[in-house]
Amino acid sequence: MLAIMKREIRAYFTSPLGYVFLAVFCGFSGLFLWLNCLNLGSSAMGGVFQMMFFINVILIPVLTMRTIADDKRQKTDQLTLTSPVSLFGIVAGKFLGAFFVFFCASIVLIIYAVFLSFAVSAADSRFEWAMFWGHYTGLVLIGMLFISVGIFISSLTESQMIAAIGSIGLNIVICMFDIISNYISNDTLAGIVNSLSVYYKYSEFTQGIFSLKNTVFLLSITAVFNFLTIRVIERRRYA
Amino acid sequence: MIEVKNLCKNYGSKKAVDNISFRAENGEILGFLGPNGAGKSTTMNILTGYLSATSGQVLINDIDVLEDPVSAKKNIGYLPEIPPLYLDMTVNEYLDFVYDLKKCKLPKRSHLGEICELSRIADVRKRVIRNLSKGYRQRVGLAQSLVGNPKVLILDEPTVGLDPKQIIEIRSLIKKLGKNHTVILSSHILPEVQAVCDRVVVINNGKLIADDTAENLSHSLSPDSKLLVQIEGPSKEVKDILTGISDIDRVYELKSPAKNISEYEISQKEGCDVRREIFRRMAARNYPILLMKNTELSLEEIFLKLTTGDFYGENGGGE
Repeated sequence: MLAIMKREIRAYFTSPLGYVFLAVFCGFSGLFLWLNCLNLGSSAMGGVFQMMFFINVILIPVLTMRTIADDKRQKTDQLTLTSPVSLFGIVAGKFLGAFFVFFCASIVLIIYAVFLSFAVSAADSRFEWAMFWGHYTGLVLIGMLFISVGIFISSLTESQMIAAIGSIGLNIVICMFDIISNYISNDTLAGIVNSLSVYYKYSEFTQGIFSLKNTVFLLSITAVFNFLTIRVIERRRYA
Repeated sequence: MIEVKNLCKNYGSKKAVDNISFRAENGEILGFLGPNGAGKSTTMNILTGYLSATSGQVLINDIDVLEDPVSAKKNIGYLPEIPPLYLDMTVNEYLDFVYDLKKCKLPKRSHLGEICELSRIADVRKRVIRNLSKGYRQRVGLAQSLVGNPKVLILDEPTVGLDPKQIIEIRSLIKKLGKNHTVILSSHILPEVQAVCDRVVVINNGKLIADDTAENLSHSLSPDSKLLVQIEGPSKEVKDILTGISDIDRVYELKSPAKNISEYEISQKEGCDVRREIFRRMAARNYPILLMKNTELSLEEIFLKLTTGDFYGENGGGE
C-alpha cells in the first residue's frame, strides 16, 4: 500500500497534473478569498469554503481520472494485481496518493486563515479559529468523498477522459439530492433523499457547525465508493 | 513448483481455457506453445492470479492462488506479454517501486544491481523508461520479474523485440535461472522453445493437446522413422534396388535435385535400420550415396501437426 501511495504521489509531481491541480486550487481559493473576505473586509471564510465545494466537484475528478484507468490502459495493473498486495492495499494506496495532493492544496486555506487572523488581530478583533476548523474539516471530508468517487469511476473505464467526465457527472448527481428532494411530493421519500444530500451536510460545516453525524455520513460514503472500487477490480478478474 | 488442475476459463460462452492440467517441477523449464488465441496468455494470467479461473485449481509451491493469493504471489515473478512499465519513471525508480511493492527482504542495492547486471540494463538505470527502445523495455520487464528472487517465473514471450544477440543472452539467462527456479515460458518462436525448454506443453483452442519433451513428441508423432536419401544413378534402377530391400516399407520418389541424381523418402519397417543395407547395395552397383539422413520431425512440424488436428485425427500415428 505504501509503495503504491508513494508511486502515485511521484506520478502526480513528475507530470503536470499535480502542479496544475495545486495551481488551479490555489488560484480559485485565492479568488474567492478576495471576493468574500478581502473585498468585503470580512474574516468569515464560510463563503470561500462554500465556493471551493463547487470547484472540487470539477477539479478532483481531474486528479483521480488516471488512477486506475491509466493502469489498465498501460497494462501496469498486471504488475500491481500479480504482486503480493491485497486489492484493499491497491485501492487504499491510490486513494491516499490522491488525498495527499489534495491535502497539500488545502493547506493554502490554512495559510489564508493565518494571514486573516493577523489582519483581524491588528484591527483588535478575533479570528474565529473554531469556525475555521469546522469549515476545513468539511472540505477535507468532501475531498475524500470526491476522490473515492473519482477512483471508482476511473476503475470502470480505460479512458482518462471518460473517467473525468463521468466523475464530474456523478459528483453533480450526488450534490443534487437536496434539489431533487424539493420536487418529490411524498414527504417521507423527500426526507430520505434530502438526508442523503452531500451538499446539505457540507453546508452545515460551512456554517460552522461541526457534527459527528455529518462526519460519519461523509466518511461512510467515502468507504462505500472505495469498497465499490475494490469490487469492480475483483469483478473484472472473473469477467 | 506449479500444479494446474482442470483449469477452465470461460469468456461468456467461449471457452478460452478448457480443462487444462499440467505440472512443472522445481528446476524445470516448461515451454508453452500454441497458435495465436490458443489461450496461452489467459492461462498465464490465471497462474499469476491476474485473472480468476471459472473452475479448476492452481497451486504455486503448494499454495492455492485463489485461497491465499498474497502468499502465492510472493513466489511468482511475472513478465506479461506487454511489460507492465510505468513510462514516467526511470529504470531505477521503477525497480525500487517493484522492490517495495513485492515487499522484498533482500538487501536492496546489491539485489537490484545484480538483477540489472543479469538482464543487461545496468547502463540505462538512470534513464526514463519512456525513452527506452522496445528491447530495453522488454529487459526492464524481465528484470522486474526477477525482483525478490521468486521461485516461480512466468514469462510471456520474453524475447519479443530483442535483437539476435540479446535473444541468445536472455535465453542463456533463462536456462541459468531454470536450474533453481520453475520457469514457464510461452513463445511463438519454436527453436527458442526447443533450445531452452525441458518440456513442452502445446495448447490449441484452449485445450491441452500435448505435454512431453520435444524429442518424445517428435518420436511419438512419427513412430516409423523415415530416411531421406540422395543417390546418383539412373532413377528407375535405383528405385528397384531400394524396393528390393525387404526391411523397407515404402519408397517415395521426390523431386530430382539435379540430372542423374534422385531423391527418395524411405519408410522402414518398425525397429529396422536399413542404412547399412542401402550402402552395401549401392556400393555394389557403384551408385554413390550423396546424402542419407533421418527425418525426425522438427518442433515446427510437430506444432503444425498438433495444431491442425492431424494428431488426434490419425490416432497419434504418422502420415
